[in-house]
Amino acid sequence: MSDIKKIRDEFLSKLKGKINLSEINDIKSNLFGKNGLISSQFKKIGSIAQNERKKFASDLNDIKDELQNLIDFKINEIQNSEINEKLNKEKIDVTLPERTFVRGKIHPVSQTIDEISSIFSEIGFSVEEGPDVENEYNNFTALNTPHNHPARDMHDTFYLDQKKERLLRTHTSPVQIRTMIKDKPPFKIIAPGRTYRSDSDQTHSPMFHQVEGLHIDKDINMGHLKGCLNYFIKEFFEVKKIKMRFRPSHFPFTEPSAEVDIGYEIKDGKIKIGEGNQWLEILGCGMVHPNVLKNVKVDPKNFQGYAFGIGIDRLAMLKYGINDLRAFFDCDYRWLNHFGFDPLDLPTNYRGLSR
Amino acid sequence: MKITFDWLKDHLNTNLKEDKLLEQLTNIGLEVESLENLSAELDLFKVAKIIKTKKHPNADRLKVCDVNVGEKDLKKVVCGANNAREGLITIYAPPGAVIPKTKTKLVVAKIRGITSYGMLCSESELNLSDESKGIIELSLAKYGKSIGKTYFPKTNSNLIDLSITPNRPDCLGIRGIARDLAASGFGKMKNIKEKKVKVKNKQTLKVKIKKEKGQGCRAFGSCLITNVKNSESPQWLKDKLVSVGQKPISAIVDITNYVMLDINRPLHAYDADKIDKGIIVRNSKLGEEFTALDNKNYKLENGMCVICDNKGVLGLGGIIGGTRSGTELDTKNILLESAYFEPGSIRNTSKKLNLDTDAKFRFERGIDPLSIENGLKKAASLIKEICGGEISKIDIQKIETHKSKNIKFNPSLFEKITGFKISINEMLKILEDLGFKYKKEKKYLKLTIPSWRPDISQEVDIVEELVRINGYDKIKIINPVKERTKSTLSQSQKLFHFLQRAVASKGYLEVITWSFTDSNYNNYFRDSNKEIKIVNPISVELGVLRNSIFSNLIMYMNKNLDRGFKDLSIFEIGPIFTGYDPGQQNTVICGLSAGKKSRGSWIDKERNVDVFDVKRDVVQTLVEAGYNYDKFFIDSETPNYYHPGKSGRLYLNKQKDHVAAFFGEIHPSILKNLDLKTESLIGFEIFLDNLKLPKKSLNDQKIKFNVSDFQKSERDFAFIVNKDVKAQDLINVISNVDQNLISNIKVFDVYEGENIPQNQKSIAISVTIQSFEKTLNESDLENINNLIIKTVENKTGAKIRS
Repeated sequence: MSDIKKIRDEFLSKLKGKINLSEINDIKSNLFGKNGLISSQFKKIGSIAQNERKKFASDLNDIKDELQNLIDFKINEIQNSEINEKLNKEKIDVTLPERTFVRGKIHPVSQTIDEISSIFSEIGFSVEEGPDVENEYNNFTALNTPHNHPARDMHDTFYLDQKKERLLRTHTSPVQIRTMIKDKPPFKIIAPGRTYRSDSDQTHSPMFHQVEGLHIDKDINMGHLKGCLNYFIKEFFEVKKIKMRFRPSHFPFTEPSAEVDIGYEIKDGKIKIGEGNQWLEILGCGMVHPNVLKNVKVDPKNFQGYAFGIGIDRLAMLKYGINDLRAFFDCDYRWLNHFGFDPLDLPTNYRGLSR
Repeated sequence: MKITFDWLKDHLNTNLKEDKLLEQLTNIGLEVESLENLSAELDLFKVAKIIKTKKHPNADRLKVCDVNVGEKDLKKVVCGANNAREGLITIYAPPGAVIPKTKTKLVVAKIRGITSYGMLCSESELNLSDESKGIIELSLAKYGKSIGKTYFPKTNSNLIDLSITPNRPDCLGIRGIARDLAASGFGKMKNIKEKKVKVKNKQTLKVKIKKEKGQGCRAFGSCLITNVKNSESPQWLKDKLVSVGQKPISAIVDITNYVMLDINRPLHAYDADKIDKGIIVRNSKLGEEFTALDNKNYKLENGMCVICDNKGVLGLGGIIGGTRSGTELDTKNILLESAYFEPGSIRNTSKKLNLDTDAKFRFERGIDPLSIENGLKKAASLIKEICGGEISKIDIQKIETHKSKNIKFNPSLFEKITGFKISINEMLKILEDLGFKYKKEKKYLKLTIPSWRPDISQEVDIVEELVRINGYDKIKIINPVKERTKSTLSQSQKLFHFLQRAVASKGYLEVITWSFTDSNYNNYFRDSNKEIKIVNPISVELGVLRNSIFSNLIMYMNKNLDRGFKDLSIFEIGPIFTGYDPGQQNTVICGLSAGKKSRGSWIDKERNVDVFDVKRDVVQTLVEAGYNYDKFFIDSETPNYYHPGKSGRLYLNKQKDHVAAFFGEIHPSILKNLDLKTESLIGFEIFLDNLKLPKKSLNDQKIKFNVSDFQKSERDFAFIVNKDVKAQDLINVISNVDQNLISNIKVFDVYEGENIPQNQKSIAISVTIQSFEKTLNESDLENINNLIIKTVENKTGAKIRS
């Protein structure tokens, strides 16, 4: 038997027996290392007689492949069995709780403001803002509510000085004044924000939120006002049809003025908006009074339009079934968690306002 | 304003039903607030006869009465009235009845051990009069056969409560409401014929309105009624007043009230014998005082409109009369006043004296100046009818004559404002029904405004009248156009919304708290800002505008801790105030984090929340908002409500122009003073108005996308530095060594203690070095290595740790 056959038989039998990874590695370097048994046989090829050389080389290659394959196979086998052994040991109880996570929430009022902005954005309104502390002129006088007018009684005002010149705005309407003084018509804005009245009981909070709307152009009439609010209410409550009632009212800064009621019913203890025989007042509106336009240097002969004011907190209560206004500002962890919205839940019109 | 359909029918002919009435009232702007069925409640009160009385065994003052209420069995009723006696016919209220005066519902109750089934009533309990001594005594002749029957006459009229807007004083009278209804097609107005009253006598009491600056009385009408016999009102008048919830008092008072409610004409009746010489209407002088009919003494300021006689002030014109000249049951001679007072004057006076009366409410809205005579006639003839006596001629003093107002109205304005059309004839019909007079003039209508409508002064007011009476339901919906010419949000509004959601996404619950706060709390966080006081706060605890959001946040955090929640994070985005003037406010995001991380976790080690938690939240939020992390500059100068050693201040750049944020532990003494029980309380404030808005959009700000595919290597350094050297200083120095090659710097360890000299610390930093041009070889790396060490050592006094 030739040397190479001997090597083959010897190592085949070694490899076929029980063997561990380091023994295999030893065999590997014994055979194929720099001066390994097989490697040195390859070096001999040159010295073999011409007639035997071809066969020798071919046999040697066969043996090399055979041994090499067996080694690879064995290594693979051992690694697999090691993994399997590890898997057998590594069984854990995945029903144990995950690492703690915290979840932030967006306040329902903020969510509602975003919903409102999204709806009005679609029909071309942009968002304006004004300060919480206002002067008496912007809050009352410019809005056609002169001194010593009983209409001022409708607003229980917080004042910051004895002369009653500076106050916490009682409505978002002064943003109308600021916007119209700053720019030139046409105007098409909404202005959400904090408003204040010194009124505090179950249904009133000394601070609440309103959104003001103002659309002034050459020929904006009460039909546009009705259309705009009808659109808004439908979109906001995400219903196809809405029962809406315009009823005459009085605000010093609009003429004619209206209050808007929407139809509702209570079904299974839940309020359903848009149907039913009950009426719910949700906003005040009207055609901007010519005196207001004059006060901000807009010519009422050339420009006219409407304004409205909506209570945001109330809208949020209706839409999301919140009963108590005071709870909005009470910061109760449980309430915030229950009524709050996920920060990723950004109202958009392509996705729909709410989930 | 409370009305009944029955009373309306005094002025209105109609066959329509009540439900239609309610709908129509609301449709024309006289909003129905509530509907109360009074008669259903009053039905329960029965005429009853006391059959037997016994002394209560356990109480000397009480009696136990057996009462026949028209049922088979007698009712046992415990009664405390002296006049409760056998045979008395009176009024019985069963359990379940609501006593009109107290609005309490009767229940079967044990009184000193004896069960009482219901109650026997006094006149005052039934709001019939002020008589509260004893129970009602009904005449046997009249009621003897009515035992068991309902005492109160059945009325089908419900009490309708209307919310009348301040511009409509005319609708504070039933006739005014009827007029509006008739104009809208709901029935026809009745013409009320004036009764002819014979008058012989002159009004002999002299009345003078003093012509002086700010005189609040424009006209003063009066008449004398002599030799009257004041009494209880007749039943019809009592019923009328009771039907709208008013309490009958005496005929004279009831009549003036009736006229006021019926045609909105406030009157005042004086006992003429108590007036010294004559009436003078003048401005009050500082220090004058009088006792009003509400039995309160009022000290007057200068310039209030007062009605006086020779002795002094009798009353405040149009607001309240005085006790000195009030009518009583024995009053013989009456001076009846019907005047016009200026709304502004009325309002000033009542505001100053904090005095609110029915008359004031009406005068400050504007009384029909032409109703003076009509009101006097109506009331005087009723007084004569009920109380007898002689009526004098009417005397009217005035310092100004009423002039009717005219408007030129262009009918085309109607369509321009409302978007729909009605015919001229329709317009004229409505206006005429409302009391306008008109003349057609080419394109215009010349309209004379009725004297009872002070609210109408320009064309658009006419449009409102027309559309209101015609019906708002006629306005056609014009659908909005979906077109946007301007972006919805400004840059700063976008930033607001982004930051709000960015902070929430870090695990903070958004809260909204009031813009005012408790000055005690506020003072902890006021820093050097001035306190901004509210003149008329809801309560002392809400007396100042907040200088920081922390005051409210920490108060509510405490409430939640008290509720038993331990680990929570809350934030608010909103205004803080820096001064009294509009615009002196800043928008801030303020967050607060309490307790621990991984509390009671089976897998992670729990630890207190710390500065680096909020620092991450602040930094990550700002980075997400688009600000460049590499430019941030942080130092440790913070306001005094932060822990001085564990808080930081963040600028968006090294120029340090505006503070972008503060973050850190809340000062331990604040926790102690406010009794906050938590392991750790960390807060932050981001100042939105200090965040510079980039001129370029985020997209345009981005530099070209450029990455290196050459091999990078990481080198670690440990420097020994003085304790006061900041990690940020080392990082800054290293990043400036070679900005082309140094791509990342990371602090991975800070160590003090063994093997490190006192007052020094070791900071270990890993630096990533990568070139955009080639793979760096050992000597390149060695060079940059040495350069880093040398530069850091030179610039910061650090020593490389070997």
